Amino acid sequence: MHLTVWTYEGPPHVGAMRVATAMKDLHYVLHAPQGDTYADLLFTMIERIPRRPPVTYTTFQARDLGSDTATLFKDSVQAAYERFQPKAMIVGASCTAELIQDDPGGLAEALQLPIPVVPLELPAYQRKENWGAAETFYHLVRALAGPHAPPPGERRESSPDGTPRCNILGPTALGFRHRDDVREVVALLQELGVAINVVAPLDAAPADLARLGEADFNVVLYPEIADTAARWLKRTFGQPMTSVIPIGVNATCDFIREVAALAELDAQPMLERQQSRLPWYSRSIDSTYLTGKRVFVFGDATHVLAAAKVARDELGFEVVGLGTYSREFAREVRALAKEMGLEALITDDYLEVEQRVTELQPELVLGTQMERHIAKRLGIACAVISSPIHVQDFPAAHSPQMGFEGANVLFDTWVHPLMMGLEEHLLGMFREDFEFNENAAPSHLGRYGGPTAVASPEPAAPEPAPAVPASDGEPCWAPDAEKALGQIPFFVRGKARRNTESFAREQGVSTITVETLYDAKAHFSR
Amino acid sequence: MSEALQRISVAPPVLRERGQREVFCGLTGIVWLHRKIQDAFFLVVGSRTCAHLIQSAAGVMIFSEPRFGTAIIDERDLAGLADVNEELDREVTRLLDRRPDIKLLFLVGSCPSEVIKLDLHRAAERLSQRFMPNVRVLNYSGSGIETTFTQGEDACLAALVPEMAHTTERQLMVVGALADVVEDQFRSLFDAMGIGPVTFLPPRQSAELPAVGEETCYLLAQPFLTDTALALNQRGARRLAAPFPLGEEGTTGWLKAAAKEFGVSDEKFAQATAAGRRRARHAVGAQREQLENKRVFFFPDSQLEIPLARFLYRELGMELLEVGTPYLHQEHLDCELPALPEAVQLSEGQDVELQLDRCRELKPDIVVCGLGLANPLEADGITTKWSIELLFTPIQGYEQAGDCAELFCRPLRRRQVLRV
Repeated sequence: MHLTVWTYEGPPHVGAMRVATAMKDLHYVLHAPQGDTYADLLFTMIERIPRRPPVTYTTFQARDLGSDTATLFKDSVQAAYERFQPKAMIVGASCTAELIQDDPGGLAEALQLPIPVVPLELPAYQRKENWGAAETFYHLVRALAGPHAPPPGERRESSPDGTPRCNILGPTALGFRHRDDVREVVALLQELGVAINVVAPLDAAPADLARLGEADFNVVLYPEIADTAARWLKRTFGQPMTSVIPIGVNATCDFIREVAALAELDAQPMLERQQSRLPWYSRSIDSTYLTGKRVFVFGDATHVLAAAKVARDELGFEVVGLGTYSREFAREVRALAKEMGLEALITDDYLEVEQRVTELQPELVLGTQMERHIAKRLGIACAVISSPIHVQDFPAAHSPQMGFEGANVLFDTWVHPLMMGLEEHLLGMFREDFEFNENAAPSHLGRYGGPTAVASPEPAAPEPAPAVPASDGEPCWAPDAEKALGQIPFFVRGKARRNTESFAREQGVSTITVETLYDAKAHFSR
Repeated sequence: MSEALQRISVAPPVLRERGQREVFCGLTGIVWLHRKIQDAFFLVVGSRTCAHLIQSAAGVMIFSEPRFGTAIIDERDLAGLADVNEELDREVTRLLDRRPDIKLLFLVGSCPSEVIKLDLHRAAERLSQRFMPNVRVLNYSGSGIETTFTQGEDACLAALVPEMAHTTERQLMVVGALADVVEDQFRSLFDAMGIGPVTFLPPRQSAELPAVGEETCYLLAQPFLTDTALALNQRGARRLAAPFPLGEEGTTGWLKAAAKEFGVSDEKFAQATAAGRRRARHAVGAQREQLENKRVFFFPDSQLEIPLARFLYRELGMELLEVGTPYLHQEHLDCELPALPEAVQLSEGQDVELQLDRCRELKPDIVVCGLGLANPLEADGITTKWSIELLFTPIQGYEQAGDCAELFCRPLRRRQVLRV
C-alpha cells in the first residue's frame, strides 16, 4: 500500500481504452462497477472526441456480488455485439472485477460470437496505463495478424511493386500530440519514398491489423505502447523495427537515415532539403541568452530521452535533472542521465518530483501537466512535453513534436515561456522600476504567470522568499545580504541563494554577508 | 406559496431500468467535500483507478497538496504478503506527520476495499484511539458498487452524525453541503425571521460540528441525503418537509417550512423574504423568454434532477420530456413530485443505451447529462448542459436562482450566436 496524491498514469484498463478508442470497428466490454465510466470523459472532454469511446461497462453492484456477475458479463457482451456490430472485441476486467475472478475471456468465448474476441488480462494492482495499452495492442496484433503469419522457417513475401512499405505503430487516443506526429511522420516517410501500409492503433480497423505482416518494416513511434507488438512482429514476420524517435532536428535526421537503410533508399537528398527553422533560430544571436539555461526534464521515457538531447544539443540549455515515471524504460533514462553526469529520478511519486524541482531551482521545466503545476507554484517557466496532459495539450493548430515541423514547435514552445534576452538585462539593470520589475510578468506573456503589475509608486520592496533559514548549522543571512539577494532578478535568485548557501557551508561561514554573496558569485563563475 | 408544493403521498409512475450506468461513484463527492470542511483529509483506500477518477473528475490539479489522497492497495496486500491494516496505519501515520493541520480524517472505502472486505470501521476506531484528541478518524464508503455520485456526500455526512454531541436546545439544522456564500445568505434570512440558533452540516471546521437532539429540526438543502436523514432521525431530530431551495418558489417553500415550525408570523416572513423573492423573480424572468417551451431531457446524475425539473417547469415554462435520476427518494421529494406535470416521464436507474435511444428519438432542445455523454451528443447536434456544473456552482437560494436559470440558457444562446 502506498499513498498517492496525483497519479502520472491511470490503471491498465485505461490503456486498453486508449487503444480501443483509437481504433475503428472494435468494441471493448469491461467488467466494472458503476463509476468506472468516468474514463469516458478523458476522451470526450480532454481530447474532445465527438463520439463515445467504444466501451461497454457491465456496471455490477454490491447486490450482484452474491449472485451472478458472470451472467451479467455475458449478457453485456452479447448486447454490445448486437448493438454495435463490431468486427472484433476485447474483453477484460477493471480492478474491482479482477478481484471477483469471473474470467471474462472464458465467458466471452462461450458465447461463440462470429468475430475475434480477444481476452485481456491486465493486472490492475501491479501495472499501469502505458503497460495496459502496450499489452492490449500486442494481444490485438497477435490475434488478428497471427493467422496470416508465414509458416515457421519461411520468409514473408516482399512488396509486389518494389516500393518499400512500413507500418507506423504506437499512436493512440489521448496521446500527447499523437494525431499531429502521425501526420508529420507520414509526410516524412512518403517524401523519402516509403509507402505506408498501416498506421495503428490510431484509425486502424481490425482488418488493418490483419494486414500488418504485409509491410517490410515497422516504425515505432512510441515504444511505451508499440514496443511489445513490434518485437512480436519482428519475431513472427521478420520485420525489422526502427529505434530512433524523430523528436528534434538531429533525431529526425537520424530517423531518416535509419528508415532509408531499412528501405534501401538514399537519405541524402532529403537530408539536404531539410528546412527546419530550429538550427538557424538557435544560432541567431538573440538566442545567445538561452545558453546554459538550467532545465529539468520529466515525463514518459520517450519524450524525456528526446527532450533532454534536444535541450542540450539543439538549444544549448544545461540539463540539470531528468527523470521518468516509466519504470519499464528506466534503464534507458538512467543511461542518458549518466552520460549527462546526472542521476535519473525514476519515480511516480509527484511529491518527490516536486521536491527535486524545488531543490534544483531550474530556469525551465519540461514536464507533464503535473510539473506544469509544480513550476507554476514555484514561479518557474514550463513547457509540457509528455502525458499526463490536459485539454490545452490538444491544440486546434497542427502542433507535432516529431519531424522538422515538430522541431519548430519545440523551439517555440520551450523558448516562449522564458524571459527574453534584452528584457532580462534591463530587469537586471533597473530593478526598482515601478512598472518593469520582477513582479511584472514578462511583457510578451501578458498577465500570465506573474502578479499584476499595478503601477504603484512604491518599489516592490518586500522580499517574498522565505526568510532566514533555521539555525541547525545552516548559515543565516545578514539583513544587507538578504537585501542584495532581493535585488538579483527573480529568475536566477533561487540559484543564487542555493549557491551562496552551499558556498557558505563549504567555507564554514555562519552569517552570509554581502561579501559572501559576491565571493560565492565569483566562486561559481569560474 | 403554491399549493402544489405541499406534501402529498401519490407516487407518479416511474420507469426503472437496469444496465450500463454513465454516472460517477460516490468518491467524486470528495472533490467538493474536501474544500467545504477545511481541516478534513479524505483518504481513499482503493486502487489506482480511484486515484485517477478523483483526479480526472476534479478536472484541474489546482491545489498544491490537496486534502485528499489514495492509499493504493497493491498485489502484496492482496496476496497476504503484507498486513493491510499495518500498511494502512503506516500510511496514515506518515500522512498525519506531514499534515499537522488535519483535524478530521476520513478513511473512504472503495469498490476494491469493499470486495476484499477491508474493515475500515475498525481501522478508523483503532486509528482514532491512537491520534485523539488531535485527529478524529472516521470512515464511510464511496464505492461504486454501493453509491452513485452524490451518495458519497450522504455517506460522509451520515458518518459525522454519531460524532455529534447531544443537545436539548431547540435549533434548526441545515443539512447538505452548500457554497459558503449561499450558507451566509440563508443564515441572514433566518436571522431576519428570528429563527435560531441555526447550524449547518457539514461544518466548515470540524470543531464546529453541530450538536443534535430531540429538539432539533432539520431542513435538507440537498435531495440526496437518505442515510444522513435516517441517522439524524435516530438521534431524535425531525425533518421538516419542504421543497428544495432551487428557484424563487423552491426557496420560499423551503424557508417557509422553517418559518412555520418556528412560529414566524406571515407578516414577518413576507418582510424577510420580499426583497429576495423580488430579485429572484426578476432574474429568473429575464431568462424565461429563452427557455420557455423548450423541451428538456435529464440523464440521471446527482439526484438534483427532480427539483431542477420542477424549477425549469414551473418558473421557466420548460417542457419536461424525461427526468432521469439515479435514485428516487419518494419521501424526501414529497413536496417536489406533486409539482411536476402529471404526464412527466420519470426514470430511476439507467440503461444508458436505451436512454440514449429515447433521447435521440425525442430530439430535445436541451439535454442535462454527464461529461462522458455531453460532447458526443453535441456532435449529433443536440444541445447539452453538463450536470456536474450544477453541483460546482452555487445555485440554491434567491440570489442564485437567476444563475441557475442562466446555466441552462447559456448553451442554447451559444448555439444561436455561433455562425461557424
